[in-house]
Amino acid sequence: MQQGTFRVKAGLAEMLKGGVIMDVTTPEQAKIAEQAGACAVMALERVPADIRAAGGVARMADPGIVESIMAAVTIPVMAKARIGHFVEAQILEAIGADYIDESEVLTPADDKFHINKHQFKVPFVCGAKNLGEALRRIGEGAAMIRTKGEPGTGNVIEAVKHIRMVMSEIRLLQNLPEEEVAGFAKNIAAPLELVLETKKLGRLPVVNFAAGGIATPADAALMMQLGCDGIFVGSGIFKSGDPVKRAKAIVSATTYYNDPKVLAEISKDLGEPMVGIEIGTIPQHERMQERGW
Amino acid sequence: MKIGVLALQGAFREHCWMMEACGAEAAEIRKPDQLEDIQGLIIPGGESTTIGKLLIDWGLMAKIQKRAAQGMAIYGTCAGMILLAKDIIGSDQPRLGLMDTRVQRNAYGRQCESFEADLFVKEFGEEPVRAVFIRAPYIEQAGPEVQVLAEVEGKIVIARQAKFLATAFHPELTNDKRIHQYFLQMIQE
Repeated sequence: MQQGTFRVKAGLAEMLKGGVIMDVTTPEQAKIAEQAGACAVMALERVPADIRAAGGVARMADPGIVESIMAAVTIPVMAKARIGHFVEAQILEAIGADYIDESEVLTPADDKFHINKHQFKVPFVCGAKNLGEALRRIGEGAAMIRTKGEPGTGNVIEAVKHIRMVMSEIRLLQNLPEEEVAGFAKNIAAPLELVLETKKLGRLPVVNFAAGGIATPADAALMMQLGCDGIFVGSGIFKSGDPVKRAKAIVSATTYYNDPKVLAEISKDLGEPMVGIEIGTIPQHERMQERGW
Repeated sequence: MKIGVLALQGAFREHCWMMEACGAEAAEIRKPDQLEDIQGLIIPGGESTTIGKLLIDWGLMAKIQKRAAQGMAIYGTCAGMILLAKDIIGSDQPRLGLMDTRVQRNAYGRQCESFEADLFVKEFGEEPVRAVFIRAPYIEQAGPEVQVLAEVEGKIVIARQAKFLATAFHPELTNDKRIHQYFLQMIQE
């Protein structure tokens, strides 16, 4: 019997496909998310929109909060650690979190290196803006990838940019003759063997979710149609007017992403979405997507 | 042979690939009318609460039960094993309830306890099955009509009742086609 193998780690992400992972800050919110059909929750002290508003240094949540959410639901519970902060990750593994998000939403703890994720039994998900970044994270042991988008904005444009970039780089790679692949790997600063595997598969070697700015069922379906395997919704649900209704609608939109008639039906009467932020108004140094190396 | 793979949430893509590798036609199922012309149905791994909720919201639950009563074969992996069970310990979540089984969810613990192991199954010959258990359930108790094909530490992980088959683990995450082939044979019996 073997635990913590890469197949077991990446396997949980495979089971989450076609589903919605929702940010929650209390056991009550976690139960609402589970009842609405979330396939997992992300346990946080604050949602990204509030982290953005609060400023200062954002750190791992109080483990007590994560544990209370784990006790409230039967679906998997994820939690965030700072980029490079392997002790926060050790703590989250010790309390039994099901997945760790090494996340740019929190303030990075290391300006050069990410966590060596191979050393953990718990699987990791990491953000990526492009193929090179995704494959570097997988090389470090990430078992799941998500777009970075721009968290806490309710604005989907950056997530769209990131999935389009990854998909277009994969299409380019698939058309390259063998002799040009090593040069391509060097240019995107990614491990050659993972570049070769991606070329062979025609997709990332692990599941790739959308994250960072999804606020409506249509946003979720857009990301699915662009090639994502599932959806993270951060602030979009509990910062909206009617979280229960919106959560259910986004779950259905992620399943019926290719069916505009269904999407029209479930998009009706959802109340106010979260207030969005225009990306151009966020100074470059405050953009969370620039965190990570 | 046309096999439907329930595509509401979870690892349905891998089951479609498996079916195609076994020479069957695979169809993703999201709407009740898509259940009409299939000879068998696979319920994939995923979150059983999510899939169960969508089964009800989108009118599939009753239709699958009806087709099952008409003799349609069903194979459930992990979440599928839970949805097939009559009794889910400590839960009143929606289910198909087609197998006389009592299932424990997340029976081995959280993700860190997920594991893979070699399983010896008489029906599949001497070569062990590499079984991948992810936050897996097991069958704690089964009725007299349920045939037990494999156990791990006294708990049932492969079970069959007439045209229904359930595994607690995920053969679709490996290259071993034997269980999917067994399901196709079941349909033809």
